[in-house]
Amino acid sequence: MASEQYPKIYLYRRIVQAKLFIDKFYSEKIDLINISNEAYFSKFHFIRLFKSIYGKTPHQYLITVRIEKAKLHLQHNKSVKEVCFLVGFDSASTFSGLFTKLVGITPSDYANQYNERKTKIETSPLAFVPNCYTFVHGWIKNSNFEDENK
Amino acid sequence: MITKLTITNIHVLDQNSAYDFYVNKLGFKLVDDIPMGPDTRWLTVSPPEQPDLQLVLFPVKVSKMFPKEVAESLIDLIKKGIFGCGVLTCNDIFATYEELKEKGVEFIKPPTKEFYGTEALFKDDSGNYFSLQPLNNFDK
Repeated sequence: MASEQYPKIYLYRRIVQAKLFIDKFYSEKIDLINISNEAYFSKFHFIRLFKSIYGKTPHQYLITVRIEKAKLHLQHNKSVKEVCFLVGFDSASTFSGLFTKLVGITPSDYANQYNERKTKIETSPLAFVPNCYTFVHGWIKNSNFEDENK
Repeated sequence: MITKLTITNIHVLDQNSAYDFYVNKLGFKLVDDIPMGPDTRWLTVSPPEQPDLQLVLFPVKVSKMFPKEVAESLIDLIKKGIFGCGVLTCNDIFATYEELKEKGVEFIKPPTKEFYGTEALFKDDSGNYFSLQPLNNFDK
């Protein structure tokens, strides 16, 4: 790869490593000093470069990752308070507020909606698959989904 | 009148491996993962910013859908990398390239300046390939 086609490869690698650091250690008490140190940048320079690449500041990205992970924990029936601390928040009210702001519903409502849908899927799985797919797979004809060619 | 594309298929050789690739490596969102028998799932994912577009990770195996000869031919073609599944766009192609490489994605072509813009090519775990391009390639 010619160098003029791939400018400043070292900068990109350092920013990507910082992003992957956030992805891995999101639940711990990390701050911008930690993250910018990982990338060998000054805090200001790091924030500017990170935002130019990912459209979010490192802090905004960290919050996004924590909320996405929180969704997964809520799907596994963990309590809101438990999830709050599992993903790295110190305060349940802060966590709930940010969750509601980013997701559009409260953590409790999210968990309830997910469980309702899960129950419906378990009861009537075919209702969640387009009929054209169930037909070509033969999932309608055989109630236990056994393959006709077997 | 047709309004949008809602569901499309990506033919994969193994749904477990495909799940890991599309969700854990590419960062796609899982939409549904519903068991449909002993070894088949209704498995769909969406690109992070397109929640209303579902990609069905469609297993290729001998079945009602694929008779033996067809399945074997299709599997062979997929492994040979014949099928290009489309263009995936990103904000920054160099950062995305570095991240996907770090996660073990196999690139056929690194970010390269072409007459139509900068492009990279990578394969999924089955052999399907995608073009990766920055959004500004499509600015008119």
